[in-house]
Amino acid sequence: MTVRERTNTVNTKSSIAGVAAAAAVAALLLAGCSSQPAPSSSSAPSEPASAALSGAVAADGSSTVGPLAEAAADQFRSIESGVQVTVGISGTGGGFKTFCAGETDISNASRPIKDEEAQTCADAGIEFTEIVIANDGLSVVVNPENDWAQCLTVEQLHTIWAPESEGVITNWNQVDPSFPDVPLTLYGAGTDSGTFDYFTGEINGEEGASRTDYSPTEDDNVTIQGVSGELGALGYFGLSYLEENPDVIKGVEIDGGDGCVFPTTETVQDGTYTPLGRPLFIYVANASYADKPQVKAFVDYWVENAVATAEAALYVPLTAEQITTAQEELASIG
Amino acid sequence: MATYGIGRVVERSLAGRSRGGELSFRPVLFLIGLWFCLFFALLFLVVLVVTTFVDGAGRLDLRLFTEYPAAAPERAGARPAILGSLWVIGTTALMAVPLGIAAAVHLEEFADQKNWFNRIIEINVQNLAAIPSIVYGMLTLSALALLGVANKNMVWVGALALAMLILPVIIIATREALRAVPREIRQGSLALGATLLQTTLRNTLPAAIPGIATGTILALSRALGEAAPLLLLGGLVYLTFDPNGLASGYTTMPIQIFNWTGRPQDGFHELAAATSILLLVILVAMNAIAIIIRNRFQKRW
Repeated sequence: MTVRERTNTVNTKSSIAGVAAAAAVAALLLAGCSSQPAPSSSSAPSEPASAALSGAVAADGSSTVGPLAEAAADQFRSIESGVQVTVGISGTGGGFKTFCAGETDISNASRPIKDEEAQTCADAGIEFTEIVIANDGLSVVVNPENDWAQCLTVEQLHTIWAPESEGVITNWNQVDPSFPDVPLTLYGAGTDSGTFDYFTGEINGEEGASRTDYSPTEDDNVTIQGVSGELGALGYFGLSYLEENPDVIKGVEIDGGDGCVFPTTETVQDGTYTPLGRPLFIYVANASYADKPQVKAFVDYWVENAVATAEAALYVPLTAEQITTAQEELASIG
Repeated sequence: MATYGIGRVVERSLAGRSRGGELSFRPVLFLIGLWFCLFFALLFLVVLVVTTFVDGAGRLDLRLFTEYPAAAPERAGARPAILGSLWVIGTTALMAVPLGIAAAVHLEEFADQKNWFNRIIEINVQNLAAIPSIVYGMLTLSALALLGVANKNMVWVGALALAMLILPVIIIATREALRAVPREIRQGSLALGATLLQTTLRNTLPAAIPGIATGTILALSRALGEAAPLLLLGGLVYLTFDPNGLASGYTTMPIQIFNWTGRPQDGFHELAAATSILLLVILVAMNAIAIIIRNRFQKRW
């Protein structure tokens, strides 16, 4: 192996270690110094709102709302090219964590803020305003060759997805006696996603309660491939995926108690597609909105153009009424 | 690692044959099994690479390098991701390479290897090399939270996580390279009156540079492909500016690929495939450089 020279090692050993330690400390110090100008704090509050704006707008949160924020920022860039809007997708919960630590101006969320999250924000002195920025629909999809499941009731979906059904409900004829003898294979959202929380909350009555013997995936395209390849398959995901892939999968009408309704833009917007239609939120920090003209300009622009951004990101746009409500909410921040 | 193993088995069985030993049934069957495994692994790799090229080739144009992410796939590009990857990897190299080499030189040339403390460090370095990358992301996140760093989406933060990720790999590679330098070189230098420090800096370390460079480049190419720790540290998916410093916000190619793959529009999938091709090309180039350095400069004693 290597040479060990007892005579010389003592001094050199310590000196090398010292050099290495000094280098490490220097590196850390350098890094620490450069941490000061955080993007979200590099604003110019004194600037009048009418002039060309600059500064940064930091948004983070739900990966469901991410594409919406991206679309809004993309369009906003064409009128205010000096503003740097950034979007992260650390998840609804992760977004609230950084939001309540004062690191972001806008938190994207696919569900309303939880009480404990709101408490964290309150403890940190972060006041916020909740705004519905688009509508989202979950669609239940089956194979195009499936000619029996035109419409499923919430009870039938519960029978299919309930935690108790694990290993028990494995055939379509167990869901309803009129259904044929075809094995049932399931695709759904991964347990970390807002889609999973939303679906399980509405169908199984408790967020996170679901059978586990299905193929979970964060990538909805996997669900499309699985469902399109198997006669007895059933899956669920965002409405946009159904509208983008009308040839390979088939949407199922949902009966939430008032008859069968097919998931479309219109039925989600007018609220008849229940319970799998939902609002998507952004949470705006009041302080950012009031003190940073670029944040105010961006949020105002987003709400004003909520229809265009939702269509660009393949979501269900707000109704005129919802836009008015959002604008009133913002006006109240002052 | 696996290829070395197979190579050795093949070598041995061939050696067995040339030594005149009869070619018995079971080693041959084992050999066929190994080749079969290799074939399957290679088949999957080829299928993956080919489908990625088929999907992304049409989108592999100048827009990928000049455009920023956008809501419409036709207008979107990976410019900030490409630049962000360069910034992050450059910073990672600056952090990890000097520290890694210094640590390896200390452990290999100076430290007393019988000391229990040094042996614990050695075992730890070996183990750290096998830890999933996300853990380094979490470690960085909690360390920064303790230090009170508010904004984590900065080039140096991402680089810090990746530097910690590849530090053990660099240390191990450097130690291997140092170990391959014959002891006669050291003894010769020491016999002529050089101190151990002089011997290390002027003889041992230069002789080990090809091995160190190879290991370092391979480690950096691993860091280049990482998305998980950076996503955890708030890696962005939409930004319309080029990273311009250590404290700048950033995104990297793997993050951008991850984001685009999850979109419903086919255009984004093509974009993700095109970016994957670019990433693959860069990685192959880095590996090629590592191989060239090894073949060119490696000395055989």
